[in-house]
Amino acid sequence: MTTIEVDTRGETCPVPLVECRKALRKAAPGDEVIVTGTHPASKKEIPMACESMGLEIIGIDEESGEWKIRIKR
Amino acid sequence: MSNKTVIIVHSGDMDKLYSALIIANGSLSMGMEASLYFTFWGLERLKKGGLEKGPLSKMNFLGLGKWMVKGRMKKANVAPLEKMMTDFKELGGKIIACEMTMEIMGIKQEQLRTEWIDEYGAVGTYVHEAKDAEITLFI
Repeated sequence: MTTIEVDTRGETCPVPLVECRKALRKAAPGDEVIVTGTHPASKKEIPMACESMGLEIIGIDEESGEWKIRIKR
Repeated sequence: MSNKTVIIVHSGDMDKLYSALIIANGSLSMGMEASLYFTFWGLERLKKGGLEKGPLSKMNFLGLGKWMVKGRMKKANVAPLEKMMTDFKELGGKIIACEMTMEIMGIKQEQLRTEWIDEYGAVGTYVHEAKDAEITLFI
């Protein structure tokens, strides 16, 4: 199992969502993808995308406008 | 899988091309399939060096308005169309070029970014592509 980190801080729509999807496509089943960003809408939409693809969200943290979403591929 | 978005890119305006590519990339990111059918003025943007050439659909003011909007977009860190297109292709997005438009406008295949184009087709190709799509738009 490997961990893939995606940094989308400062990026706006649709980059965080697209970069998350690109990382998930490259990840192997069981890998963990961690997306960090500051775009508020993406914090809601990345979990929405994961749900429609049947992927599990391990955790969402937010601190002073910077969020971190952990996804299990 | 019928979980698909198909967009007719009829306009070559910069802002409308942004809308089409953002929706298409959003669809791919949500786990759907996505196809873009380029026709009429949209097809002009598939020409070599043509992607960023389109004017604004409103308030272009001979390019001054577009220049101002581009400045604002840069400040807001909006990705360039070239990146959106590269991402679209990387995520498995499909591009169809309208053959009838190519004939009307005298556009030859070698004038286009053929590396992006998956298929050349007419109305039948669009209908075939869109008949099982959940989202289909005309932009």
